[in-house]
Amino acid sequence: MHFRAGQTRATSANLAAMPHDHDHDHPHTLLPPEPALRVRALETILTEKGLIDPAALDEIIETYQHKIGPQNGAKVVARIWSDPTFRKGMLDEPMPLLEELEFYGRQGEHMVIVENTPEVHNVVVCTLCSCYPWPLLGIPPGWYKSDAYRSRVVREPRKVLAEFGVDVPDDKKVRVWDSTAEVRYLVVPERPEGTEGMDEDALAALVTRDSMIGTGLALRPEA
Amino acid sequence: MSRVHDMGGRYGDGAVNPADNATFAQDWHARALALTLAAGALGQWNIDVSRHARETLSPKDYSRFSYYEKWLAGLADMLVNLGVLTREELKAGHATGVSELASRILKADAVAGVLAKGSPYTRDGAPNAEFKPGDRVKTRRPAHNIQVAGGHTRLPGYASGLIGEVVLLHGAHVLPDSNAHGLGEAAEPLYAVAFAARDVWGDEAGAWDEVVLDLWQSYLEPTA
Repeated sequence: MHFRAGQTRATSANLAAMPHDHDHDHPHTLLPPEPALRVRALETILTEKGLIDPAALDEIIETYQHKIGPQNGAKVVARIWSDPTFRKGMLDEPMPLLEELEFYGRQGEHMVIVENTPEVHNVVVCTLCSCYPWPLLGIPPGWYKSDAYRSRVVREPRKVLAEFGVDVPDDKKVRVWDSTAEVRYLVVPERPEGTEGMDEDALAALVTRDSMIGTGLALRPEA
Repeated sequence: MSRVHDMGGRYGDGAVNPADNATFAQDWHARALALTLAAGALGQWNIDVSRHARETLSPKDYSRFSYYEKWLAGLADMLVNLGVLTREELKAGHATGVSELASRILKADAVAGVLAKGSPYTRDGAPNAEFKPGDRVKTRRPAHNIQVAGGHTRLPGYASGLIGEVVLLHGAHVLPDSNAHGLGEAAEPLYAVAFAARDVWGDEAGAWDEVVLDLWQSYLEPTA
């Protein structure tokens, strides 16, 4: 989050004072029961305190609804498929290239690009919360944050992938990346057959969000 | 020993629903996310504190709350426990006055810059890396915070006490186990460590499959 050393009040003293395991002490229980009203109540209080600008909330929502999303990741994948020098750079040291493309920012500070091949299928999860590469894929979809995905894809990835319609042959390795730190992973799906000679824009249109998480494959042309 | 959020490998959750694929299924989901980000910009907590706030919801609340309800509850708890709001203000639904932190407000015209800026978690001056790619390492057991009882950690229970192989060294990253509790950033070398799926889950798992986790140096010990 927006945090710099020396700028926080999260000291050991006041964090130690945070009640951890006493349900009745949790301040959130003072908010209205209905979630939409809970958001409105918090927004009202914080606005009255001078701590929230409602127009800033509109701007954040606009950003993640319309400006930052999987179209960014798709451009990167299409270029990796098309440009061997870019591909090598992205696999070796992606951050300077991503900064240059302006696909940098919150929840994308430390990217690692993993490539699917005929031998390996990669899939990404965050079992502990919902870590996800925001600058390249936007805000994660509901299923990515669901208990079922978080609990199961590490233990039985092949069954979960089948629920997405992806069947991985037995002799192909499945590698599940559990995002337990601030490193974020982007999967480069295998380039579909029949795409020789297509330009980057046409290729990007084949790259789905799920294919960059690993729960999908890139689309075939004319599919 | 474990907390409810540490659910990797758990049985009983049923099928994943790929059709649940909206970015914001409800308008209030978007508002909850934006409110959380804007409140975070006040600089009163870091990402590890905010994760820990969600993880310390009671297991009953954690399980029954939808995703953004967890965010809201964690946010409300942090705002009160760190002294930004009072319990009375939450209860009344109105503020009693303007905050002394008001000069830190995130204005609409600053949003793009703040989101694009990010906040890197790598630090200089950390201990040297004791391991390198190719080394075999063993994860700590039990998977708990060794500084704070019941505290925040990013070593999932399913990955504790296992032997794996270092595949990447990410550099030195802020240690959540310390940073979540106001005990300093305590950056340490961070590694991607690959485990054979059968070592983690037994023979049910695919023979060639792997699980890879990002693990801090203090989560790991060398193997003979």
